[in-house]
Amino acid sequence: MEPRTLFQKVWDDHVVVQEPNRPAILYIDLHLIHEVTSPQAFTGLRERGIKVRRPDKTIATMDHSTPTDPRALMVIDDQAKVQLAMLESNCEEFGITCYPLGDSRNGIVHVIGPERGFTQPGKTIVCGDSHTSTHGAFGALAFGIGTSEVEHVLATQCLLQRKPKTLEVRIDGKLMPGVTAKDIILALCAKIGTGGATGHVIEYTGSAIERLDMDGRMTVCNMSIEAGARAGMIAPDETTFGYLVGREFAPKGADWDAAVERWKQLRTDEGASYDKTVTIDAHTLEPMITFGTNPGMGMQINESMPTADSFDDGSQKAAYEKAMRYMGLEPGRPLSGQKVDVVFIGSCTNSRISDLRMAAGVFSGRKVAEGVRTLIVPGSHDIKKQAEAEGLDRIFKEAGAEWREPGCSMCIAMNGDNLEPGQYAVSTSNRNFEGRQGKGGRTFLASPLTAAAAAITGQVTDPRSLLLS
Amino acid sequence: MAKFTTLTSHAVPLPADNVDTDQIIPARFLKVTDKHGLGDSLFCDWRYLKDGSPNPDFVLNEPASQGAQILIAGDNFGSGSSREHAPWALVGWGFRAIISTSFADIFKSNSLKNGLLPVEVSPEVHRQLMQAVNLDRTTKITIDLPTQSVTGLGSLEATFPIDEFSKHCLLEGIDQLGYLFSFDEQITNYEQQRT
Repeated sequence: MEPRTLFQKVWDDHVVVQEPNRPAILYIDLHLIHEVTSPQAFTGLRERGIKVRRPDKTIATMDHSTPTDPRALMVIDDQAKVQLAMLESNCEEFGITCYPLGDSRNGIVHVIGPERGFTQPGKTIVCGDSHTSTHGAFGALAFGIGTSEVEHVLATQCLLQRKPKTLEVRIDGKLMPGVTAKDIILALCAKIGTGGATGHVIEYTGSAIERLDMDGRMTVCNMSIEAGARAGMIAPDETTFGYLVGREFAPKGADWDAAVERWKQLRTDEGASYDKTVTIDAHTLEPMITFGTNPGMGMQINESMPTADSFDDGSQKAAYEKAMRYMGLEPGRPLSGQKVDVVFIGSCTNSRISDLRMAAGVFSGRKVAEGVRTLIVPGSHDIKKQAEAEGLDRIFKEAGAEWREPGCSMCIAMNGDNLEPGQYAVSTSNRNFEGRQGKGGRTFLASPLTAAAAAITGQVTDPRSLLLS
Repeated sequence: MAKFTTLTSHAVPLPADNVDTDQIIPARFLKVTDKHGLGDSLFCDWRYLKDGSPNPDFVLNEPASQGAQILIAGDNFGSGSSREHAPWALVGWGFRAIISTSFADIFKSNSLKNGLLPVEVSPEVHRQLMQAVNLDRTTKITIDLPTQSVTGLGSLEATFPIDEFSKHCLLEGIDQLGYLFSFDEQITNYEQQRT
């Protein structure tokens, strides 16, 4: 047999039908749904009078429009209330398991999938959310879909898909202290741009990736979409199996042993080729920060922002100048020392226990700078409980940060958590688009370490200056 | 889905690169539970001033843009979120086709399912179209799906790629879910083999 890539193996295993000059009919093992991108799909089913084909392969949670204020959980606007109630009634009508607001298993969709053990190597996983790429950290083929496709999967458990190309992102070497998984993916976005991986599935390989824990691998795969990729994947290994063993929906006993044997085959074969390869030397990476209005506009934290003249291409120059105007920043200057108003630590990119531990290491024994609002939003109730058992919440609260309820929070700003116009935020989320964190808000994307450092000093700060002292 | 064969219209030029779906339709409008009525919120944060009145400097508000069915956008249009609300909003405003040098994957897939044609042209053709439309906003462009061609500026004639299946579905107004259903037996066989 021809040597195959990890992607090719998972793809081949799920093709139900491949007719000439037609997209493949691809079987979906796990369909995650949430309140925002599913209502119109259920309406479609109802109008056609059809059922959900595999409610047993469908899981629902509420995360995007749920409030995270612990004092006012029930105070949400009427439209969000209707949307949340609709997800609950749709799930009841069609027999789908739902983890509603307030349920102890509720959390961000891309956090609870892995946490409960639904996410497993070799599965095809979809969700009406572009950050579904997160689940690729387990060697699954996982990608975001639109609402029409949500309806397709609900109705047939299949999708029409054209086979994407493959891009290997090889990252060898050791990360220096203070440099994290988030810095890897921000460096990749800066290197290849927001459209750099369009049409491709990325496979992350190399010793730096192998050394990452699952939380770090999820951070990397999560932002594959920010480089335009359809999905990001990492071959499963002992780290993956160690994370999954004993989880609620992971196989048990003899099934577990058989599954691990099967999962061990999910590696790119010697001699298999990718359509493209990009390499990054982990040793040369530094903490990263974005300065513009897409995740590709990033740099090492101690660098200066580009000058407008450094762009040869006219439309790139215009885009850069537009971004700088929106951000209220002067090209050519450093970002270090830039005053910040808000720090947000959370989102499907960086709200897991390792992220919170990293942040707590910086907050411990220190105070948040005066005038800085700091939100720390765990990705799920399980993570919240774990953090509280470790006393991390006390560290955050004693520092003067807000310890919130789980949810997407200020990453999507449709739930009551948002920036005010003109405010600057250092955020561990995934998008710095205009208005993403609130109309007129300005976002610098960075790691949990860099975000925590900004909270303490009130300005953009190299976190290594706080780690060493 | 609405059929798409040939479209002749004046166009709206929006030269910015990397226009993401948060600009096309900001997240705060995603609390709706149906597909309709999003046209009024299209490009909301660029289109309206703080007091809610139309921003006269935004191209969509110019009299010359009214009634246009073609948007000429910058490179990598539709990046970011998977929200199908983006094509719903564009179609809601009245667009039927978008011309760019490239599109984000999920946006392209969502557009094709809503009768909104993504037309990918070379940077040179894009430059000529943008220039001509900026010079004369009444310039008519014709997009012909059967021949996969863009014409209208004197001698300019460009072709654009589209996969055969999507083309077929647009030309016939075929709903992809109906097509998927025709493979019910194969799907059942696949499920049985795997258990």
